[in-house]
Amino acid sequence: MQTSEHIKLPQGSLEKQTTTLNFGPTHPATHGVFQNIVELDGERVIDATQTVGYIHRAFEKIAERRPLYQITPLLDRMNYCSSPINDMGWHLTCEKLLGIKTPKRVDYLRVIIMELARISDHLICNSIVGVDSGAYTGFLYVMQYRELIYEIYEEVCGSRLTTNIGRIGGFERNFTPQAFEKLEKFIKEWPPVLKEFESLFTRNRIFMERTIGVGPIAAERALNYGFTGPNLRAAGVDYDVRVHTPYSSYEDFDFNIPVGKTGDCYDRYLVRNGEMWQSLELIKQAYKKVQEFKGADSEIFHADVPEYYLPDKKDVYTKMEALIFHFKIIMGETDIPAGELYSAVEGGNGELGFYLISDGGRTPYRLHFRRPCFIYYQAFTELIKGGMLSDAIITMSSLNIIAGEMDA
Amino acid sequence: MVLTNESIKQKLTEKFGDQLIDWEEPFGMLTFTAQKDLNLKVLQFLFDDVELKFQFLTDLTAVHFPDRKNLELAIVYHLHNLIDNIRIRFKVYTDISKPDVFSATALYQSANWMERETYDFYGVNFVGHPNLVRILNVDEMEYFPMRKEFPLEDQSRLDKDDEMFGRGGALAAGNERSNQGTISGNDKDELLKH
Repeated sequence: MQTSEHIKLPQGSLEKQTTTLNFGPTHPATHGVFQNIVELDGERVIDATQTVGYIHRAFEKIAERRPLYQITPLLDRMNYCSSPINDMGWHLTCEKLLGIKTPKRVDYLRVIIMELARISDHLICNSIVGVDSGAYTGFLYVMQYRELIYEIYEEVCGSRLTTNIGRIGGFERNFTPQAFEKLEKFIKEWPPVLKEFESLFTRNRIFMERTIGVGPIAAERALNYGFTGPNLRAAGVDYDVRVHTPYSSYEDFDFNIPVGKTGDCYDRYLVRNGEMWQSLELIKQAYKKVQEFKGADSEIFHADVPEYYLPDKKDVYTKMEALIFHFKIIMGETDIPAGELYSAVEGGNGELGFYLISDGGRTPYRLHFRRPCFIYYQAFTELIKGGMLSDAIITMSSLNIIAGEMDA
Repeated sequence: MVLTNESIKQKLTEKFGDQLIDWEEPFGMLTFTAQKDLNLKVLQFLFDDVELKFQFLTDLTAVHFPDRKNLELAIVYHLHNLIDNIRIRFKVYTDISKPDVFSATALYQSANWMERETYDFYGVNFVGHPNLVRILNVDEMEYFPMRKEFPLEDQSRLDKDDEMFGRGGALAAGNERSNQGTISGNDKDELLKH
């Protein structure tokens, strides 16, 4: 005993029974910048430690200096697979603080954009689970149709990935006829594609063998770990912010919440797929409701809040009031009312919350983001312990860990 | 029994008496404050009580109020009862020179990283936390960056000449170190002729 203490064997030498593997920070299979230090016995995972924060950009600190409308571009860079949901969540938070009531048409247009974002988010996640189990085809095939969603964003706000879509009170401009054309195209072309995607995976023997029983979590543990969103619903808890605390007129819609049972990778896959179908239903219903607006109502795309919503450019040059508001908004010289609130939306990964404290100044006194990824990623060790290393990789992609959201 | 803000307040007052203070309802969410050594007792009661069942920790964070003497840091818990679908906000205040608060990790696994994040940015020392180390910032950092004594840089300052980051443009106009990307005086005249 005495001697062995003095002999320092190099790490990973024969006498050490287990292998330490550095998985990340930049590994193709992590799909993001974060590190797992995995302790392996052969191919079996016996322990894992996560290191996060590689792309921490101090958004909460930066937000303390910015007027409300300048915070939106920061949020695009959190969960960049579904940035419109982040943007809308922030606008809804601001509107709650400022007491702005948005017109119904704006709510429905927002639902369309948010559900499109949810589809693109789940699509990435599910097809990446396919890639990690060895099926590249599905991923390449559906990317073409995510493009259709991005083209709709482009038509509405001009950008694709980090969208900065919408404004406090509504949208920056009305949806163009081309935007609706593209939406119709998507509604028509998307169902057969999703159907085909499902037929590639759902009953595929190899895919089922790779995912059933892999990385499971019980409902009770999932709740204790703060799971939300599809990952919690896969464990059998039907908690969805859209239903529990409806925002943006979600109470006007008729839709189901798919739930799983075991919380393993296969159930998470099924829940996300089911949600994509439900999102499509929501888009159809919302589009129908939007079409029902006639005359002047069909031109409404923002609430009447001159203090926070930029006036028309031609008014800025001709009207004194519009010029004043334009200047005040751009320079961030509007004092926001004091208040403290928590507001949440159902993001791609779960409950995306905003805890905002305003002391009556021009910028938030404190802004904290509840980032679902950050909270549930800590359960990763428990999910993969005792499994194979290759299962750990599938589990990670099926949890849909987005480094940008985790690190904020 | 359907839980309402009033019934929650009543239950808590029955149990803790006047130890819970600052009852508020901003935007409909019941908010209250307790002494910092009571935080675990209150959380445990909210968790275990058969009617309250606040078993989901939505969010845990801190806020810095430099003007409140001896109560500079607020630790804010957002709790959710998923069955009755009601949320509450619970706060404890602590002295910034001795920021010791009991950790909630024994009740909620999710508190683990949230407390690490709060420690990382505000320096709240969670007593009983299994692994209280920095999480998002580098390990070598010696300060707690979200505290208010670290203001963000004034974006309009002129004493700093770092053209690489797009600042100091006004100064650089009359500067001899004009680089190739900018239009020099002669080129400007050329352009104006056309």
